[in-house]
Amino acid sequence: MRWTNWALAAFFAGGLCETSAAAQAPPAPPVPPARFMVVLDAAHGGDDSGGRMANGQLEKTFTLALSVRLRSLLGARGIQVATTRESDATVDLNRRAEIANRARADACLSLHASESGSGVHLYVSSLAPVQPSRFAAWKTAQAAWVTRSLALEGVLNSALQQAQISVILGRTALPAVDSMTCPAVAVEIAPERDADKKVTAGLDDADYQARVAAALAAALLEWRTDAWRTEAHP
Amino acid sequence: MIPRHQKLLFGILLAASLAMGVTLWHLRERAHQRLIAGQDSAPTHAPEVAPAEQATLLVANDSDGSLLPQVHSLPLPADPGARARAVLGKLLDLYAPPDAAHPVPGGGSSVLQVFLLPAPPIGTGVPASPPPQEKQQTGPQLAVVNLSGSFAASHPSGIETETLTVLSICGTLHANLPRVTQVRFLVDGVERPTLAGHADLTRAYPTADTVSTERIRQ
Repeated sequence: MRWTNWALAAFFAGGLCETSAAAQAPPAPPVPPARFMVVLDAAHGGDDSGGRMANGQLEKTFTLALSVRLRSLLGARGIQVATTRESDATVDLNRRAEIANRARADACLSLHASESGSGVHLYVSSLAPVQPSRFAAWKTAQAAWVTRSLALEGVLNSALQQAQISVILGRTALPAVDSMTCPAVAVEIAPERDADKKVTAGLDDADYQARVAAALAAALLEWRTDAWRTEAHP
Repeated sequence: MIPRHQKLLFGILLAASLAMGVTLWHLRERAHQRLIAGQDSAPTHAPEVAPAEQATLLVANDSDGSLLPQVHSLPLPADPGARARAVLGKLLDLYAPPDAAHPVPGGGSSVLQVFLLPAPPIGTGVPASPPPQEKQQTGPQLAVVNLSGSFAASHPSGIETETLTVLSICGTLHANLPRVTQVRFLVDGVERPTLAGHADLTRAYPTADTVSTERIRQ
């Protein structure tokens, strides 16, 4: 009986000490804003011209211009951006993935352009999703990130639809994207066409380019707060 | 006065000349008869044409990024490799017109060969040892499609158009040869990094991807 009283006294004393310590503790420092990094990969460049557009423009020129525009839009919104190229330079596919992986990016967009099809084509790696492991094979490193890449594709799709841009979703095998360890989506911009396949907004249409870039920037802002991103990295 | 031995030699030479003349005339007549006989020969066996069969082709459409099955009737050889080549030839013929839903120049002659091999496990290379004979006849197959260099060089550049070409070839092979579970691509007999700058041609494509891949136009 006596030891029970002692135990109760000790318990309450401990509780009082804890309470008083909490009351005297200084306020917690404000939580710094989470680091959010986007990698923009302007496809092709240098010796690799990519496709040729209807107006004679090369795909490498279009993707670089889009990358610069998107970088400005994201920078203005406080998002850190890393790019795989800033000029008309040849960048190896492995080097592109290396840049993305070193940046530990929260989103990676591989930017492309094509005269085929209509609207914006969003492609995610066709690798089968796997559980993350400590050591990933280089050519299939994206497999551990495919689920989140699909989620990022969904956010991009919503933003483009809100901007009244038609979207085609798909899976493909792209050497650079398959080696990236980040949520990665290949974004291919094609002219907008009507039901009769007539071009309603070409790739050289400044308004169309601005709408696509604004929608992509809005999607990445949305992605920053998305619950998918806040999950632990694999 | 001509010596006797010279007269004898002249006589022998004359006889030999006459004999050679007769022989030549005889050979000429025989050759002439053979020529005439050849002109008379008529074909006695009609060439055999493989019977027309139904083939399912997965036809790509650039405008909505879809692969839709279409049934076509075409002569199909019995040999599986030749059959695969015939089916893919028909598929690429559909893409040849400039106003096709998925325009790709080249046509059926762009498929040089299709080789069918026992399929290795996904993610590995060629099997170290060949599988048993009975498994080779019933097990899954790897199709190696050898495309012409001119086809790859003239293929439009773009993720969507290249992906659709690859997936439609994989899907068409699987639809007509269900044992084909993986497809690899060569261009003029050698490995090539990409089809036209985008779609990876260094990997084996599981044909299941074609079935499960969904493309949605929003």
